[in-house]
Amino acid sequence: MIEVTNLHKSFGDVEVLKGISTTFEKGKTNLIIGQSGSGKTVFLKCLLGLFDYEQGAIAYDGKVFAKLTEDEKRNIRAEIGMVFQGSALFDSMTIAQNVMFPLKMFTNQSKSEMEDRVNFVLKRVNLDTAHNKMPSEASGGMQKRVAIARAIVNNPKYLFCDEPNSGLDPKTAIVIDNLIQEITDEYQITTVINSHDMNSVMEIGEKIVFLRNGLKAWEGSNKTIFKTDNEVVTDFVYSSNLFKKVRKMYIEENE
Amino acid sequence: MTYLHNIGAYFLMIVEMFRKPTKWTVMKQLILKDIDDLIIGSLGIVAFISFFVGGVVTIQTALNIDSPLIPKYLVGFATRQSIILEFAPTFMSIIMAGKVGSFITSSIGTMRVTEQIDALEVMGINSLNYLVFPKFIALLLYPFIISIAMFLGILGGMAACVYGGFSSLEDYNVGIQTDFETFHVIYAFIKTIVFAFILATIPSFHGYYMKGGALEVGKASTTSFVWTSVVIIILNYFLTQMLLSS
Repeated sequence: MIEVTNLHKSFGDVEVLKGISTTFEKGKTNLIIGQSGSGKTVFLKCLLGLFDYEQGAIAYDGKVFAKLTEDEKRNIRAEIGMVFQGSALFDSMTIAQNVMFPLKMFTNQSKSEMEDRVNFVLKRVNLDTAHNKMPSEASGGMQKRVAIARAIVNNPKYLFCDEPNSGLDPKTAIVIDNLIQEITDEYQITTVINSHDMNSVMEIGEKIVFLRNGLKAWEGSNKTIFKTDNEVVTDFVYSSNLFKKVRKMYIEENE
Repeated sequence: MTYLHNIGAYFLMIVEMFRKPTKWTVMKQLILKDIDDLIIGSLGIVAFISFFVGGVVTIQTALNIDSPLIPKYLVGFATRQSIILEFAPTFMSIIMAGKVGSFITSSIGTMRVTEQIDALEVMGINSLNYLVFPKFIALLLYPFIISIAMFLGILGGMAACVYGGFSSLEDYNVGIQTDFETFHVIYAFIKTIVFAFILATIPSFHGYYMKGGALEVGKASTTSFVWTSVVIIILNYFLTQMLLSS
């Protein structure tokens, strides 16, 4: 579980996060949604420790990150898996080497143990024939799956995904969503996803945090988002006619 | 103000580069890869340039000696001094700032743009140690390249001198052995080690701290080449003043 308390972050005079408090629960897919410029990426980078913040606290399973020693911080980071928007695979390594990288860095496993683990994880993301391909030879969907495999190979306790569906066709996007949800459930990971994709919100948003102008404007789940009266949320989530109709049908069915 | 900030950031980068070392089994592979990319990969161009520039230096010297009072072996002597004191350590380093420096800046800059550096940081890896330290260690072999440049420069000079009919092989051989001072070679290698450090760190700084996209990677490579060359030229002046004028 990750608890965020009163998080403030500024760049110069511009305050991007204005006191966000929320909890991301273990074994659930937690989504951060909001318009461009609402502070989602900054929030995610604060959670990852890539940005320092002026005020507030982030606690990983009760351990307040800012109060930890460098070694303790490193231990927490070793328990984090991250799927970047552009996958961020290492260009100079094959797909198998990319996935093996965290094992090489943080474990003392033998080569055969690492290979077994890589084979298992690549099979888990349905990529068991792509070991020797270079990232540049893989499609966008494959790269995302490799990024997920690399993120989970070292059994992380926390999985962060920045726009995992961006640039993917709808079918592949659903495959990636389902994969993330299955892995979260299977390994009881605390998963935090930064997303614009309304399909993801509806499908896997077990917890949703809606940000607006650096503030938490709404919090709920994919069940409650249909019923909310919060205009800011409905304007954003149901901005397309298709989603307006879906919402109407959902409300009519449940009345 | 920006210059001061960048100078401060550069020195902080160097300190950070030595902290939180990467696991040795991984670092060993990175060093070997960088030796291949930066040292072995540069041998061809270094050999080519050294040989022909050595030849040109010899021809220029020979053509500018008009007086019959000047001994013929002076061509070999002047070629040796030019190659060992300046051409191999300094001007080869400026050429390497273009070849190796641009490679370092663009490869690290591309990693920055594509979030690969963020990926390392999220994993708790000291990305500066992971990316820059192996380049620094690999470039400790830079004197090896410069030795080859010295040898081939003098050899190129000999070929141009003999086959161009400017003087005999015997005269050239006498010239390259006349008044030889070992300290001149030591001076050249001291400069080479300093320039190797500059070649590893300034391009890395420009790649690591770049902001923007693909266009900025190109701009960072150009800026890195300019600054690496400027620092090499300035340090060359001070090192020469310190080491040779006493």
